[in-house]
Amino acid sequence: MRRRTMAISTIAAAALALSMVGSTSGSAADGKLAPYDKAHAGGVVKLVAAAAAGTIDPKVNYTGQYWQLFQATYDGLLSFSYGTGKTTFEVVPDLAEALPKISNGGKTLTFKLRKGVKFSNGKEVTVADVKASFERIFKVSSPTAGSFYNGIVGATACLAKPATCDLSKGVVVDPATNGVVINLTAADDAILSKLAVPHAVINPASAPSKDAGTTLIPTTGAYMFKSYSPTKSLIMVRNPYFKEWSHDAQPQGYPDEIDYNFGLTPTAQVTAVENNQANWAYDPIPADRLNEIGTKYVNQVHVNPLTAMWYLPMNVNIAPFNNVKARQAVNYAIDRAAMVKIFGGTQLAAPVCSFLPPNFPGHVDYCGYTKGGTPEKPAKAWTAPDLEKAKALVKASGTAGQPVAIVVSDDDVNKQMGVYLQSVLNSIGYKATVKPISGNIQFTYIQNTKNKVQISVTQWYQDYPAASDFLSVLLGCQSFTPNSDSSINMAGYCNKAIDAKMAKAIALGVTDPTAANKLWGAIDQEVMKDAPVAVAFTPKQLDFISSSTKNYIFSLQYKMFVSQLQVK
Amino acid sequence: MSLQESASVTFSESPGRIALRTLSRDKRSWVALTVLAIIFLLALFAPVYSHFVAKTDPFASSLDATVLIHGESKPVLEPSTTGLGLGVTPIGPTWSTKYFLGADSQGRDVAARLLYGGRNTLFIGITAGLITIVLSLLIGLIAGYRKGWVDSILSRLLDVIWAFPVYLLAISLSVVLLTSGLTLGFLHFGPGSMALPIVIIGVVYVPYVARPIRGQVLALREREFVRAAVGSGAKHSTIVFREILPNVLPSVLVFIPIMVALSMLTESALSFLSIGVQPPSASWGTIINDGLGLLYTRPWVAISPGLMIVLTAAALNLYGDAVRDALDPKTRARSDS
Repeated sequence: MRRRTMAISTIAAAALALSMVGSTSGSAADGKLAPYDKAHAGGVVKLVAAAAAGTIDPKVNYTGQYWQLFQATYDGLLSFSYGTGKTTFEVVPDLAEALPKISNGGKTLTFKLRKGVKFSNGKEVTVADVKASFERIFKVSSPTAGSFYNGIVGATACLAKPATCDLSKGVVVDPATNGVVINLTAADDAILSKLAVPHAVINPASAPSKDAGTTLIPTTGAYMFKSYSPTKSLIMVRNPYFKEWSHDAQPQGYPDEIDYNFGLTPTAQVTAVENNQANWAYDPIPADRLNEIGTKYVNQVHVNPLTAMWYLPMNVNIAPFNNVKARQAVNYAIDRAAMVKIFGGTQLAAPVCSFLPPNFPGHVDYCGYTKGGTPEKPAKAWTAPDLEKAKALVKASGTAGQPVAIVVSDDDVNKQMGVYLQSVLNSIGYKATVKPISGNIQFTYIQNTKNKVQISVTQWYQDYPAASDFLSVLLGCQSFTPNSDSSINMAGYCNKAIDAKMAKAIALGVTDPTAANKLWGAIDQEVMKDAPVAVAFTPKQLDFISSSTKNYIFSLQYKMFVSQLQVK
Repeated sequence: MSLQESASVTFSESPGRIALRTLSRDKRSWVALTVLAIIFLLALFAPVYSHFVAKTDPFASSLDATVLIHGESKPVLEPSTTGLGLGVTPIGPTWSTKYFLGADSQGRDVAARLLYGGRNTLFIGITAGLITIVLSLLIGLIAGYRKGWVDSILSRLLDVIWAFPVYLLAISLSVVLLTSGLTLGFLHFGPGSMALPIVIIGVVYVPYVARPIRGQVLALREREFVRAAVGSGAKHSTIVFREILPNVLPSVLVFIPIMVALSMLTESALSFLSIGVQPPSASWGTIINDGLGLLYTRPWVAISPGLMIVLTAAALNLYGDAVRDALDPKTRARSDS
């Protein structure tokens, strides 16, 4: 059973990674991180972004912007490897001494906690911290509590009453042996990956039982947070108690300090990088600067494929998108090639309409919403929008003329997407408006049913390489929590029959990953018949670094390794 | 003309007629009116330009559109072909009927949007400016004439509005009302309604005009001719409309072009911040916002509405100066001599 589970991770990761090897400059040929070179240690890495990404609590924050930093600051029992290429999705032991011993038909995972690892406050990491950290996932209502960790014994009660969460039976610890046993209600083929993401990191047992917000929680990784002001900056410095225990899981970092400054417009970020005033710009490069950096700064530009998607969740519980025909109309109407143009062109994105991204486990090349295709008889790929069919569906749905507000983040690319969608929705018979709101809050705003969001523009970047991370997480019933900011199923879609098939696919993945992936592919097509979302395109990651920045390494899991950048 | 003849002409004409004559002789007023007339005409004929000349819908995204330039079909949004091939750039000014000023990021004709944007900016500017003037005149007359507790209440109300920086107040009101809409009695303005910026701008400037009017009315109320009217038992309405209002009107007339210019600038600022005119509608402010992301490659998208704002505001201020000089006997005397 254990080998099988491992096989799943390895097969999926290898297939994915081999097909998507990005540009890197600091990793060995086997995809492993090169040995630490002390000569390049020191200096300050300066990162810039337009806005902060909200809470700094690793169990609550669900953004790529901070997950990129959490890898260098926090550790779980397991972690994704600091590797590239074929090792990019490899799960490696981190605070655990080794990968878990899996028994009881995949339902019991036995770990041994490493000894001698200390938090940045000087206190040693104990098994009590491990248990408290898993309970904290539920106490702080982590966005993935109901989707990733609902299989832990006792999780159901914790989800119902987070404040009094008790996982005594789900996470059994033994201080004498430093042993940790995680008991699951059912085998989960992606459990190792789920334990390797930031929501499963180990915090001190004394960490607050609610979202820490801007309060800095002690870290175990190579860096700790020194200060955080969401309107100004986030400063990371070396963790004084850190001693490298695994070069794969938590390698020593190069810069002495990492300063993340907020408030610069995307175009100012580009200029700052061009002038060596910043090492890297977080936000998408503005459209009018792309050609410039693509011609003048060719050696400083890194373009890497991503397992991600831009998509439009449509609220299936309120008008007009509580009507399946209205949702299908949107799917037919959007010109995915046009959206790719807004994003920056074909070098930076590709149109898709399946839910699972290309090269992802379970992905099937199909498109039910294209000219010449239907959800029942899909075409092989998206070719063009079908406005006539869209208009006919809107008419048939009886929703024509209804007002639709499109909620987008207020950065330039998202706003342009919103304006484009408004044009499309107006053309098929709706009265559309665009509602741009701050990128700081848009992602949580569109999750909360209280805000009555009808349709929005958002993105999803994989948490781990398994189909469940897209289908189950984004469209599973357990991911929909009404009136909560942590309801990642933004469409509010809950189809019990499909949910049962997802559970079957997860269970099947433990024993037969190939059959499971085939089932996921079928689920993908079935879900898209209901069209709770419209998938637009799969983006590529464009990193623009300054000429003084060396050792750029890209991982599909966490993108650029911030701690491995060299400025000395 | 002898001094006696001049004096007889002057005394036989009403002050209004004299002001009009002075204004008609002022070259500044003609320059300003000519510029304003051209801009108004261009804005008025926006649908004609859009439909018959540019042959485009300026409110619909046209990301896949093409345009014929010198017999060659070119995409309105051109993908980069140099270096790494990153980015898509909207077509620049063609200086021909289609895409005269180029396209924006949505592939829309900037020239057509500029004209439509002018309609909205001018409409909001004029309407909001007039609302400010009418409300200010009403409040100034009532507060200044009634004095006492009525004046106290109205003045404090103005103080409250005045306490906020005008742009901060306009932005705050816009942000709130843009999501909820506005209900005034039986009138309801939806979240995206153009009436919202009109009402907001119309209200936030009231203290700036009502205060001086009130002061003027307070002074006029103590003048002999008003006291004589009161003493002769004239009705309040007669005193206000026959004795006081005609003496306040010159100031009000000077305020009109200034307030229209200020309202127009405020509208552009709010629209630039995405809290004024809502997409897909355009105003000069929204077009500048559209052009912000194209400053490096297609600066005309932002520059052209900026120029229109500058021209219109300058023309309105120039005309305001001319009106002020025409209505001010001292200035008139100086210019006559």
